[in-house]
Amino acid sequence: MSAKKSVDPILELKDVGKSFGNVVALRDVSLAVYPGQVTCVLGDNGAGKSTLIKILSGVHKQSEGEFLISGQKTEFNSPRDAMAKGIATVFQDLATVPLMSVWRNFFLGNEPKKWWKPLGILDTKFAKATAKTELMNMGIDLRDTNQAIGTLSGGERQAVAIARAVYFGANVLILDEPTSALGVRQSGIVLKYILSARERGVAVIFITHNPHHAFLVGDHFYLLNRGRMTASFVREKVQLDELIQAMAGGAELDTLTHEISVIRQD
Amino acid sequence: MTAVKTDERVQRVSLFTKALRRPELGALIGALVIFVVFALVDTTGQFAQLQGAAGWTKFAAPIGIVSIFVALLMIAGEFDLSSGVMVGSAGLLMGNLISELGMGVWPALFTTLVFAAFVGLANGFLVIKTGLPSFIVTLATFFVLKGINLAVTKLLTGTVRVDGVDTGEGFETARSWFATKIEFAGASFQISVLWWIGFTIFATWLLTRTTFGNWIFASGGDPNAARNAGVPVARTKITLFVLTSVAAALVGAMTLLELRGMQAGQGIGQEFYYIIAAAVGGTLLNGGAGSAIGASIGAIIMGFAAIGIPYALWDQDWVSTFLGVILFLAVLVNTWLSKQAKGARK
Repeated sequence: MSAKKSVDPILELKDVGKSFGNVVALRDVSLAVYPGQVTCVLGDNGAGKSTLIKILSGVHKQSEGEFLISGQKTEFNSPRDAMAKGIATVFQDLATVPLMSVWRNFFLGNEPKKWWKPLGILDTKFAKATAKTELMNMGIDLRDTNQAIGTLSGGERQAVAIARAVYFGANVLILDEPTSALGVRQSGIVLKYILSARERGVAVIFITHNPHHAFLVGDHFYLLNRGRMTASFVREKVQLDELIQAMAGGAELDTLTHEISVIRQD
Repeated sequence: MTAVKTDERVQRVSLFTKALRRPELGALIGALVIFVVFALVDTTGQFAQLQGAAGWTKFAAPIGIVSIFVALLMIAGEFDLSSGVMVGSAGLLMGNLISELGMGVWPALFTTLVFAAFVGLANGFLVIKTGLPSFIVTLATFFVLKGINLAVTKLLTGTVRVDGVDTGEGFETARSWFATKIEFAGASFQISVLWWIGFTIFATWLLTRTTFGNWIFASGGDPNAARNAGVPVARTKITLFVLTSVAAALVGAMTLLELRGMQAGQGIGQEFYYIIAAAVGGTLLNGGAGSAIGASIGAIIMGFAAIGIPYALWDQDWVSTFLGVILFLAVLVNTWLSKQAKGARK
């Protein structure tokens, strides 16, 4: 898969930094995201993941550095700008409206209209059928798209949000901790959809604190620690152990292991 | 539904479960039970007749027209406590324009509706821009309008009542549109009933079949998720504040035309009837779910009580007590039903 390296990155950050007043949240972050690949950003709590997501999705503007899309310098003023450029973000818990049906959620904000468009009449037949087939293509087999999305499991809800972003032509899909609130099986479902989005040529940015999940699907791995990019790996050249070690801060983990073993001996 | 290729498993969703999913089911069952009870205790022999229907629809129509839009607003997660006083403000404004300024009835009606739209706009903007709960913002509007209604009416007319509306130009034609009676099979129904039915159909279509309806549900269900999906939440809510205010003003105009005048205190307290009708009809108080038909059924229940209690020769004073009990029971049953429906949906 790394042969795709010859392709130009669709999204690039160069020495990006962000500070809020005198608090530096992010410093000198550089990363490149390629179409058809999964780029994982790993980091513990407080590493600056949220700030990075907000810059990528257009919520915040970076204080320093460059934001390039297909090689072009870009500035976003709002999430809508980012969406217009094909960057879709699936936020952890803020992606769907629980009481609304699956098909209404699928088309929320992009409703299909029939007859005279300004009237805004929903093409419900098309919406229900499309939601069903699109979800089926992603491997989500729903009995009835009329059911409230709140009745689906957490993994399925994330999957619907991913399928929706892919259907509406996202080139870059940012996933904010999509597996953090899920059990093992549910996480598996989401990881499968990440791969099927990748197969469709989407550039996936997978933000997580779980190196196991990242290792299963990632092509590139970036490690974020205390607002800095501390390491980056490519799939073939890294082992899971290395990833875990790097993420936990290497030496810090050794110290911790030692301390705990002392406590346990007592 | 039929033309769409459906999964064979869909058929396992029984009609019963489908009915349980409807937010207005509780209200419908309640309405049927209440109808039967009042028909049984009826002493006039008219309650279950068309004459009885003409009676309860006369009471229910003006409540229904406003409560439909109050329900839409509540589904979007907001309240409008100024909707009741708006009935009075609109009637008084229109009356004063006609009797004090000598305006024609139609231009006065138009001016009144525009005024109402601006009040709705102000409500909406204040709620969105200040981020304060709509409960507080519209409560403030309520009291501001209440004071104006009394003060300005006294200032202009010297009394607490506006009169002489029937001298206005175009009064009879306006009346034939908004406040006449229609003979139907020997009973005379108010024309407001037709408006009410029309608005119920319109609001149901708006809610379930249009983009805007989708936005209403989303704005109340989870405003953050809605914004993330690109729904203009602020615009949706402001539009609904305007619609609610204009609907209340229309009822004010109807009342003015029917009574040929209006008291300064008209409409005050009605806002609770609208909210009760919406809540009885299955609209969630914290938004995200509900129906326009449900609000209309809620209004029908109020009509039953208003006519049924005197027909049973009980003291009219008990109507409010009755409505209070109904409100509590209906919301209790609705909550229970929606839990059942969710269980069945899993």
